[in-house]
Amino acid sequence: MATVLKTCLVAAGLVWALAAQTVQAEEMKRYVVEGSRAATLPSCVEPTELMRRQHMEFIKHQRIATVHEGIRKEKYGLSGCVDCHISYSAERIPQPINQADQFCGACHAFAAVNLNCFDCHASVPNGTPLDAAAAHEAAGVAAQVQSHRDGEDH
Amino acid sequence: MKDDNDAINSERRTFLGVAAGITAAAVAPGVILHTVAAAPRAEPVTSDVRWGLLIDTAKCVDGCSACVDACNHENGLNLQVMPAGESPQKWETQKAVWIRKIKLQDNQTGRVTTLPLMCQHCDDPPCVDVCPTGASFKRADGIVMVDRHLCIGCRYCMMACPYKARSFNHAEMHGQLTSVPRGKGCVESCNLCVHRRDFEQESTACVDACAAEGHHAIVFGDLKNPNSEISQLLNAMPSRQIREDLVLNTGVRYSGV
Ligand code: HEC
Ligand code: HEC
Ligand code: HEC
Repeated sequence: MATVLKTCLVAAGLVWALAAQTVQAEEMKRYVVEGSRAATLPSCVEPTELMRRQHMEFIKHQRIATVHEGIRKEKYGLSGCVDCHISYSAERIPQPINQADQFCGACHAFAAVNLNCFDCHASVPNGTPLDAAAAHEAAGVAAQVQSHRDGEDH
Repeated sequence: MKDDNDAINSERRTFLGVAAGITAAAVAPGVILHTVAAAPRAEPVTSDVRWGLLIDTAKCVDGCSACVDACNHENGLNLQVMPAGESPQKWETQKAVWIRKIKLQDNQTGRVTTLPLMCQHCDDPPCVDVCPTGASFKRADGIVMVDRHLCIGCRYCMMACPYKARSFNHAEMHGQLTSVPRGKGCVESCNLCVHRRDFEQESTACVDACAAEGHHAIVFGDLKNPNSEISQLLNAMPSRQIREDLVLNTGVRYSGV
């Protein structure tokens, strides 16, 4: 008898926990920015739960593979994050991704995380003509965006 | 990391010289395969290749800076701005340069030679020996570079380099290129356009620019592949390492000096 009751309690507890989690998930602030390519896609390079908790591990692992071993065909590259999560202003200008109202910047501001990555890394797609064109194409803004390659307009 | 960059040691060269004639004929039709480009690398680089440059100083033109300009453009060095209040003279000596044009004059004969000098991609790089953090490293394919995530900006490597090939980035940067992140506080130098290497492109920015000027003074290629243009040229014409007395086995070779 006691065992049955216990099992029931445990089961009830589980159901409650699951329900609570669902509520939490619905209320959770989302960071994907309207107008980015990511906003049109169903999922990140890994399940969202995993990305939230472990993106830094993925990126740093990727960083060693890329810089020391030359591996570029990987989904965790920093430039990949920027390409997909970048959003555009009303004038269709890409917004630096580390800005406090943009994808990486908003969540990091909330979590009080300070990154120096974008001291060196481009915070907007600003590539060789090849990858910049691809990114702008994907975002449907190819015509509006000018390459900042020469830095003349800075 | 142990690798085996013994390309262009002299016994091996003699041997390869013989072997080259035979394999070249067999491989030639496959050359077309290599011209299809832009696939990102999926496997780690290996020491089966060793990238290098051969510079024919006889073709290098005095007053031409096409290679330097192309390098600046490719790697975003032209994005540097002089910090406010800096004296222009000081800035001239402090701003990052990855290639410098050097003029040599033989005092006895008066003969002047010009050549581009960049990181020589030594097999035994002194900059790697002295680096306290492991930031200065040699990739398996022979490219000597700085992992800027590890660099603490101590500049020991700059002092160790006999070629003055490295620069320290003194100023805050804006508008960086995606393919070439750069920032204040780190040492940097020619990395043989590593972003091009990993996307299977055939040449470097300086090589393309020199060719576009019609000079063709710089040849890029795999020193370990006996069929590569660079190996064949090295095999055919006399060439030297700058400061060969240091026995660094440089990946950049010069002819006509
Ligand atoms: C191909 C497009 C794409 C790429 C590349 C990409 N993402 Fe995402 N990312 C998405 C999408 C789509 C979502 C939203 C998934 C969802 O709705 O659950 C997302 C969600 C996230 C989230 C969760 C956001 C939230 O609101 O909780 C994080 C964190 C994240 N991405 C980080 C990264 C990082 C870091 C990288 C680079 C390693 C990256 N992403 C690369 C498309 C991408
Ligand atoms: C001092 C400059 C600098 C800083 C700061 C910096 N990086 Fe980098 N990073 C580089 C350079 C240079 C490369 C090499 C780029 C190449 O060869 O393509 C690179 C490459 C990478 C790569 C592989 C290329 C790519 O786009 O995926 C990743 C990932 C990366 N860095 C992540 C980071 C992260 C995360 C941070 C912040 C914690 C960071 N970096 C901070 C300079 C910097
Ligand atoms: C959903 C919130 C969220 C989003 C969105 C997000 N991050 Fe983070 N990120 C965090 C948190 C939280 C940490 C700190 C984790 C810790 O300290 O354990 C962090 C840490 C990092 C770190 C490690 C910092 C360090 O110094 O070790 C990197 C790198 C990073 N994020 C990159 C990115 C990039 C690039 C993006 C945008 C593509 C991004 N993050 C988007 C929440 C987020």
